[in-house]
Amino acid sequence: MRPVWEEKPGVAGQAAKGTVLTAVVLVVLVPLWVALVTSLSSRATINAAGGLVFVPRGIDMSAYRIIFAGGQISQALWISTLVTVCGTLVSLLVTIPAAYGLSRPGSVGHRGLLFFFLLTFLIYPGLVPSYLVVTGVGLKDSLWALILPSAINVFNFVVVRAFFQGLPAELLDSARVDGAGEFRILWRIVLPLSKAVVAVVGLFYAVGYWNVWFSALLYIDDNEKFPIQRVLQTFILAGQTPQTSGTAVGTALPPTLAIKMAVVVVTVAPIAAVYPFVQRHFTRGVILGAVKG
Amino acid sequence: MTRTGTTRRRAPLRARLRRDWPLLVMVLPGALLLLVFHYVPTLGNVVAFQDYNPYLGDSALQALVNSPFIGLDNFRALFATPAFWDALWNTLSITAFQLVFFFPLPIALALLLDSVLSRRVRTLVQTIVYLPHFFSWVLVVTFFVQMLGGAGLLAQELRQAGISPPEIMTNPDTFLLLVTAEVVWKDVGWGTIVFLAALSTIDPHLYEAAAADGAGRWRRLWHIALPGLRPVIVLLLILRLGDALSVGFEQFLLQREAVGRQAAEVLDTFVYYHAITTGDYGFGAAAGLFKAAVGLVLILLANKLAHLFGERGVYSRS
Repeated sequence: MRPVWEEKPGVAGQAAKGTVLTAVVLVVLVPLWVALVTSLSSRATINAAGGLVFVPRGIDMSAYRIIFAGGQISQALWISTLVTVCGTLVSLLVTIPAAYGLSRPGSVGHRGLLFFFLLTFLIYPGLVPSYLVVTGVGLKDSLWALILPSAINVFNFVVVRAFFQGLPAELLDSARVDGAGEFRILWRIVLPLSKAVVAVVGLFYAVGYWNVWFSALLYIDDNEKFPIQRVLQTFILAGQTPQTSGTAVGTALPPTLAIKMAVVVVTVAPIAAVYPFVQRHFTRGVILGAVKG
Repeated sequence: MTRTGTTRRRAPLRARLRRDWPLLVMVLPGALLLLVFHYVPTLGNVVAFQDYNPYLGDSALQALVNSPFIGLDNFRALFATPAFWDALWNTLSITAFQLVFFFPLPIALALLLDSVLSRRVRTLVQTIVYLPHFFSWVLVVTFFVQMLGGAGLLAQELRQAGISPPEIMTNPDTFLLLVTAEVVWKDVGWGTIVFLAALSTIDPHLYEAAAADGAGRWRRLWHIALPGLRPVIVLLLILRLGDALSVGFEQFLLQREAVGRQAAEVLDTFVYYHAITTGDYGFGAAAGLFKAAVGLVLILLANKLAHLFGERGVYSRS
């Protein structure tokens, strides 16, 4: 509703606003659309378009059949799913208790430990020593190298902690009077009240693990263990052809371009599928936390 | 942070420990991870003062103990390397360029979105423009190659129209524009969140009173909305300044091959190429330590500056 005191916008102003917003939205959506349509196009459609396809003509799923039939891409998708699920679980299991444990000023060691956590914002260890430590503790070529070094993100810790500090203290105190231990309070009282912030922070972690690329470049040499981003980089940006199995069926192989775009689509899909459900919590869960922290 | 907890503090340590040990147990895993993967590497920066040789022991720690100290030789070698100064210059010019051509855009977009009255349109636009923030750099660069590269959609259309397409993805001269365009595509939407939140906290009566006093649309923007955003703008400027030596690392690593070292080498990629790929760890650590030290000084300076301007800054003593 327009407030009564606000003047009516001019036609030119409205048109300009609409144009700018439409342009912004299109700039985001067109590349996604082109990738999707091209991945679903047959060889004839791609040849007729001279490459990437903008206008869909029929649906051809053969590119997806190829990448899910086994081979390097299926393997990478499996690895990325594994890393994302395990990593997010580990991260939440570390971050949430730490945030709760440091949410009460005056508990033993509170100041020192909090300082220990927050100081990491100011100190940056550097690539070389981190590399030496991660390889030094024997994580070279282990998927844990993609998880453990980034398992706790101090920004996320601050967000969760600020949220916990905003919960009504009387609620926790009365549970304590009733004899509930801290673990029980966290599990039974605090967590059910914190679904929004856990969803947001969980999404941040999950996206981080799904997107992991540089850590894999550093620590993973075995291409059986490549996550999807690493495969995407080697064969789209560096121009190698992926090894796919199931080529001996006798049917013509779908064009490489369709396969490439299908990989792009399956890399985007999990993010695009999960994020809208969490989006409505962003402002409430994150900004409040960040501002208070 | 403001609660003092004096009543708790008077209890003897043993009693407090008996009461608080579960909290300490909860903090322990996170603290251990930070110790191993953050603080140990921070101490590991001593290799910057060593002629570090990974083959001098069975483990990194043994090699560290056995490697000879050479004082500031690595730093001397670093400062005598022209490629290092090129990388530093590239980093700083990219930061400066993006401060001017990226930083104001989320503010403008947030003001624009804030003026859209229809909730549904607003939410729809927000949902779409936030999305690229969650894409990896591999994906973002892939999309740019797909749209603007030599075999991309733009080149394809231009060729069909009989025009020879310009080189965009591989041209070192326009690389600064390209990387900024990529950052805009990825993060302009996400950047609006914090500004939109700040705008929503401005008291609507201020606008109404200003309108009653005859202030038009633009004057209300200038005298009410922008001052309302000031603390957030200062905060983000500080964070950016403290991070002046970091520009999207993966973004540059991914495109360094295509445009060449001259344009795409930044401090982080310099460390990667001069330490990890060549095994010259001491030299690379020196570059990393230089970066970390300058970054620390920058953020402390910026915070001081914020206090001088009467803003809260990132942290304060209270």
